[in-house]
Formats: sequence, C-alpha cells, structure tokens
Amino acid sequence: MLGFVLRRLAGAIPTIFIVVTIAFFMIRAAPGGPFDLERPLDPLIMQNLNAAFHLDEPLWRQYLLYLGNLLQGDFGPSFTRRDFSVADLFAVGLPVSVTLGGLALSLALVVGASLGVLAALRQNKGADYAVVGIATFGITIPNFVVAPILSLLFGVWMGWLPAGGWGTPAHMVLPVVTLALPQIAIIARLTRGATIEALRSNHVRTARAYGLPTRVVVVTHTLRAAILPVVSYLGPAAAALLTGSVVVETIFGIPGIGRYFVQGALARDYTLVMGTVVVIAIFVVIFNLLVDLAYALLDPRVRYER
Amino acid sequence: MNARSDDPVLTVRGLEVAFETNDGTIEAVRGIDLDVHRGETVAIVGESGSGKSQSMMAAMGLLASNGRARGKAVYRGRDLVGMRERDLNRIRGDKITMIFQEPMTSLDPLYRVGRQLAEPMLHHRGLSRRAAREKAIALLDRVGIPDPQRRIDAYPHELSGGQRQRVMIAMALANDPDLLIADEPTTALDVTVQAQILTLLADLQRERGMAIVFITHDLGIVRRFASRVYVMRRGEVVESGDTRTVFEAPRHPYTRMLIDAEPAGEKAPPPADAPMALSGERVRVSFDIGGGLLKGPPVVLKAVDDVTLRLRKGQTIGVVGESGSGKSTLGRALLRLLSSEGRIVFMGRDISAADKAAMRPLRKELQLVFQDPFGSLSPRMTIGQIVTEGLLVHEPGLSGQERERRAVEALREVGLDPAMRNRYPHEFSGGQRQRIAIARAVILKPHVVVLDEPTSALDRSVQKQIVELLRDIQSRYGMAYLFISHDLAVVRAMSDYVVVMKTGRVVEEGPTGAIFERPASDYTKSLMHAAFALTDFHDEARRVAQGG
Repeated sequence: MLGFVLRRLAGAIPTIFIVVTIAFFMIRAAPGGPFDLERPLDPLIMQNLNAAFHLDEPLWRQYLLYLGNLLQGDFGPSFTRRDFSVADLFAVGLPVSVTLGGLALSLALVVGASLGVLAALRQNKGADYAVVGIATFGITIPNFVVAPILSLLFGVWMGWLPAGGWGTPAHMVLPVVTLALPQIAIIARLTRGATIEALRSNHVRTARAYGLPTRVVVVTHTLRAAILPVVSYLGPAAAALLTGSVVVETIFGIPGIGRYFVQGALARDYTLVMGTVVVIAIFVVIFNLLVDLAYALLDPRVRYER
Repeated sequence: MNARSDDPVLTVRGLEVAFETNDGTIEAVRGIDLDVHRGETVAIVGESGSGKSQSMMAAMGLLASNGRARGKAVYRGRDLVGMRERDLNRIRGDKITMIFQEPMTSLDPLYRVGRQLAEPMLHHRGLSRRAAREKAIALLDRVGIPDPQRRIDAYPHELSGGQRQRVMIAMALANDPDLLIADEPTTALDVTVQAQILTLLADLQRERGMAIVFITHDLGIVRRFASRVYVMRRGEVVESGDTRTVFEAPRHPYTRMLIDAEPAGEKAPPPADAPMALSGERVRVSFDIGGGLLKGPPVVLKAVDDVTLRLRKGQTIGVVGESGSGKSTLGRALLRLLSSEGRIVFMGRDISAADKAAMRPLRKELQLVFQDPFGSLSPRMTIGQIVTEGLLVHEPGLSGQERERRAVEALREVGLDPAMRNRYPHEFSGGQRQRIAIARAVILKPHVVVLDEPTSALDRSVQKQIVELLRDIQSRYGMAYLFISHDLAVVRAMSDYVVVMKTGRVVEEGPTGAIFERPASDYTKSLMHAAFALTDFHDEARRVAQGG
C-alpha cells in the first residue's frame, strides 16, 4: 500500500513538471507584461523594475530560475501586489478556497447520491423522472448564470442571505450551492445508473433469493457497488470544482485563490498565475490518489498488493 | 430417491409467467403443473427460452421487474405466488434455497465469502456472528473447500468458478432447506469440475434428504440424478414422468428430438497422401503476467509449451482441454495472430517469421470462427455486409453484383435464407449467428479454418445442426479444420484426430477412435469419465428409441 502511494507520487512529478512548463510559456506568450499600465511608465523605471524581477533576462533563464525557486518551495513575489509574496496571498486565500470546495463537494455527494438512489429505487416513476429532469437542468445551466440569479433572488430581492463577500456561514450558502449544483446533477445521474445496474446484478438476485431483508439487499449489496463509479468520478469532480471556483469566487467576491487566478491573469501577474496553476495541479494529483485509495478500500478486487 | 407422493413440498398449478416488453407481452410460461415431493429429485429439462428457469424464478418471487406471475406455487399449504415480500423472505433462503448458473457473479464481489455465507443464518436462524462463522467453516469443509479456516476470509474473486459454486452450495445448505432449486448449476464449469459438483449435490441430498429441482438442458444430468423429469418447450410441459420411462419411451416428438440431439457420427481420416495444410513444430507462446519496472522479476506464463501439430488437407484435428489449457492460444498462434516461438508452415511455406504485411495475402486462406456468436458479429452491419467484408479486402476486384452473388451463395450454403441478408445480427438466434460467422469464413474458400468452441454457446439440438453443417462444408471443399472444444461429444463427432492439452502441453494425441476407446493418460481418462459417465445413457436411450 505504502509502496503504491510512493510510486503514484513519484509518477506525479513529471505531470506537474509538464503542467508548470506549459503554463509558464503560455502566460509568457500572452501579449503585455505586469508593468504595462494604462499610462506607460517611465522607461528607466520600467528597466529597473524588469531588472529587479529578472524580466530582462532570456526566457529560458527565467524559466530555469522559476523552476529552481519552485523546487525550494518559493513561489516568488507577486508582481502586482508588491507588498506580498505569492505564498502570503495563498496563506490567506487557500483556506477560503478549500473550505468553499470542500463544502461544495460534500453537499454534492450527499444530495447527489441520495437523489440518485431515490430515483433508482423508484425507476420509471414520478420521483425518478423529477430527479432526471432536474439533473439534466443542473448540468446544462452554467454557473456564471446560476450565480447572479441566486445572488439576485436570495441576496437582493428576498434579502435572506448576503449577496456576496465572505466571513460568516451565511456568506457561504450561495457560493457553495452554486458550485455544488452541477456536481449534484452529475453525481445523481451517475448514482442512479449504477444503482439500477447493481439492483439487476446476479449477486443482488442471490441476496433476494436468500430472503435477506430489503434494507440489507439495498444498503449492503447494492449501494456499495453503486457508489464505486461515483468514487471514481470524485477526481474529475475535484478538478471541476477548482475551475468552477474561479468563476464563483469572482462573482461573489470571495477572497480565494480562484479570484487571484483571474486577477493575476488579467494583470499579467506571472508568479501569481503560475503559483495558482501549481497549487491546483498538486491538488488534483493528490485528490486522484485519494480517490484511487478509497476505491481500493471499497473494492477488494483492485487492492494494491506488493 | 424414492418419491413419497403423499408428502408434497412444492405443488405448482397453472403457473403462467409473462413479461411486458416494448415489443408487447412475452409469455414465457403458459400454465404448467408440477409436483415435487419430499426428498426426491425432479428435473426440468428444456432448451434456452423454454421457460424452465422463469417458472422457478416466479415461484421464488425473483422475476425481473417487468415480469408477472399467475397461478399457484404452493409450499406446505402456502401459495408463494403473490405472497407479500416479507412473508416470502421467511421461506426463501430458509426452507427453499437456490443455486444459480453463474458461479462467477452470483456472489457479491465486495464481501468476503464467510460473511455472505453467514447472512442467511443470521437472518433466518438468529445465530450469533460467531456461531454462524463456526457453522460456515463446517459447511465449507463439507462442500470440499480446502483449508476452510482460511478460505472463509477469501473474496469471491480469489476462488475458482468451481469453488464459488461450492460456496453457493454451502449457502444453500446452511439452514437445512426442504427444497433446493439448482438452476443449471454446472453449465458454466469445466467437465471435470461439473462431475465433482454433481457428485457433491447427490451425496448431500442422500445425507440430508432435501428435495432438489434440477433445471438443466443436459439430459445426461437428468438421467443420472433425477427420479422424475418434466420436459418443457416454449413455456409448456410437453412430457413428464418417471425418468427411465420418459427416456426409454419418449412420447412427445420434442423429447425424442432432445434425446437424439447428441452429436452423432464420426469423421473418416483424410487419404494418407493428403498434402500438409498447416503445421506447427515445437510452438511456444508465453505471456508476461507480472513483474516489470519497480515490481520485481518478470513472471512468465507458458500458455503453449512445446506443441507440435500437423494438419493435412481435409483433416479435422480436435484440440481438447479445460479452460486455461492453452488450446485457444495454440489456435491463434498457428494462425500467426499471436507471436510465438517455433516453426509454422502453411502449404509448404514457412510463415514463422512473416510480419503483418506478409501475412495479409494469406489471411484469406486462414480463417477463424469464434465461440461467442453474439460478440463476434458487428451489431451495426447487415449480415450481407458482414459476410462479404472479407471479399472487399481479399478480392477487391469483384464487382458489387458479384459480391452480392457470392453472399447469396454463402448464406444458402450455411442454410440461411439469402433474402435475410439485409437484416442485422440482433434479429437472429445464436445458432443462426453461428451460421453467419461460418458463412463469413467459408465465402473466402480458405484452406484452413480454426473453429474455437463454435458450438459451446448453443443448445444441443442446434449444436448437432452446426456440426453437420461444418462436416458438409468440409467434405465439399476439402478444407482442414482445427476444432477447439472442451466438449468431448462434439469433438468425437467432428474430428478424425485428437490432441489433449493440459496447462499448455500435449498430454496425449492420436486418432479419435483410439483416444476415445483407449485413453492412455490419467488426465484424458478423467476427462472421459467426467463427460461420459454422464452421457453413456444417451447411446442406450438412442438405441432403444431407434430399435423400437
């Protein structure tokens, strides 16, 4: 087991290296730079700034320099918020984003799985059609549409919840729901399909043939099998939540790293963008590893021996 | 096995089963009557689709959600049909238990077998977990699982098919039922394992005195185990009675047809000067099955280990062995579909080193027919397209009209109506699909056809037709067959030479008659015993049926 974890982590290093490389050259390929303001700076000041941040050196030197710093755990200074290093910004933003994403994922799992199981047990009846319909709706409506509508409805018109910002649990409700909605929809559909398939499987027939109570047949012999595809989906779901948070944090004005990413990209804050990319990549890698481990825990057929 | 007609365990009267489908209502069982008495063994025999399984599923409340049952299935005075699930759950798993055809999937893959074995005891008998575990170990020991103390903690995937079926039998016995329903319990198993499982069931019945309903398509099993038999066809019982009487004097033509369906006849060897079509010298195939980078030394499985085989024009060599013996791998290696060591010669030409491009023109001459008539035909092509696809590759000069003519000819040759060539595979039965697969091979007029278990997925009566068809085509074109099968009766009817394989090696080989009459190796003897201890009776029954 430990060997498997170490092998997987070792295998992730090239992945992250490739992500860093591509992201580095892509953001540099975008026109403009961090100090191109609306009113151009004095050329001498510009020169000094570029020299201070090594922007006057050839691109490959900058790349090697960045890699070297990254290996020492140094994300570098922020170009646009000159009083802070990227690490400082993350120290504030990361807990916020992790809270947002974690809550959204938990909500999506609980609500999505429950709806999916409910639909499967009532297959081709009213409840089933309702869940499938809502799920299709949830998948099709993008979050940059849902977010302003919810904010307008519950924040502005009804005044029940804050329309934006961060701090109290009440602030969390709308962004978490917005972020979770499409995931609820996808997880509900996945769970429904997997439960229906599991209910039809031969081993469930065995359980019924042996007179086991419905509760045991459903909970023990159906749901554990049905949850497997949902678990494998959690990897992509985590990635989707991270990208979704970029939009949601911006719309609701939440000080997380998703918002830094947008602001950084617009302002050509190279180090801030790169830092966000690296952190998200590491998150996705770790989350996929956790998913694989959870899968192995649930399904003895894929345990990692040796 | 003496029936006590005064003590019924299960009485079925006017049982009907229907399924609502998008294409309308399908009547699977059309009003059958059936009696099972205490301690007796009753067989329900019939081909696929006869409703034999569904009638028992209906009695046990296990029909698919679109299925409806009517009529009566009375267990000790209580009608099971339409009984509330809660009441039914007090009977099934306790008084009536079942084992199924699919040992590989009938156990939940996510739980240890011990836990699954204990569940019915916990629910029906209120045993403590510890007591249930003790009893489960004893049961596993009784059904012949080696080292039950340790195996009780195994997961199903860690057991072989035969062992999983033994676990199911242990589960069926756990609460000392009055009735055990065995739905094709040995169909998915190798012959030697089949015989062991059947013997185990017979012993257990003698020991515990429960009644058994044996659902099967195999008349050998019926003859050996059942005191009474019901013959089902298209949802109806066409004949029933004492097993011996039914077999010795079948009244219904369908019963007679079933008894006659055993593949018969034999194949004469080709003339001694027939040219060599395909030969393999010291063929070896090995697979890497483990190890590798960071995982330790490589683990190599020798699937085919030093096999020599010479197939002459017009000859049929039967390759026999249990699953995992390497017989299919050998067939593929000889066709150069797998890389192998050793020398392979086709029509005097060494093809051991031929690459894909060099093999392509020869592919026309070397054809393959697979076991699974459902998976091996593309569902999105019409059968006309499927049959002529090879012509597009190998005879690209043919006009569309000419291809059409060849397709019609090939379909007619395999006994299909050429007018159906614009239909899709799903509209055909298993036997018809196998005919399509054969047409696809013979349209190219190949020299060699490897037939990989072409009859294993088919009912006996259909098997017989396919065997006759293959022999017909062979005598017409003089092609050579490599006939791979685990079914000795079919091999005997098809081949003039037999090779017996075990774990990649040839254990024994020789002319068919010699091998079947005087098997030399212990392994061949055990295969023969397992297969023909069950079917000896067919010959006897046929003699009786034909003689008078």
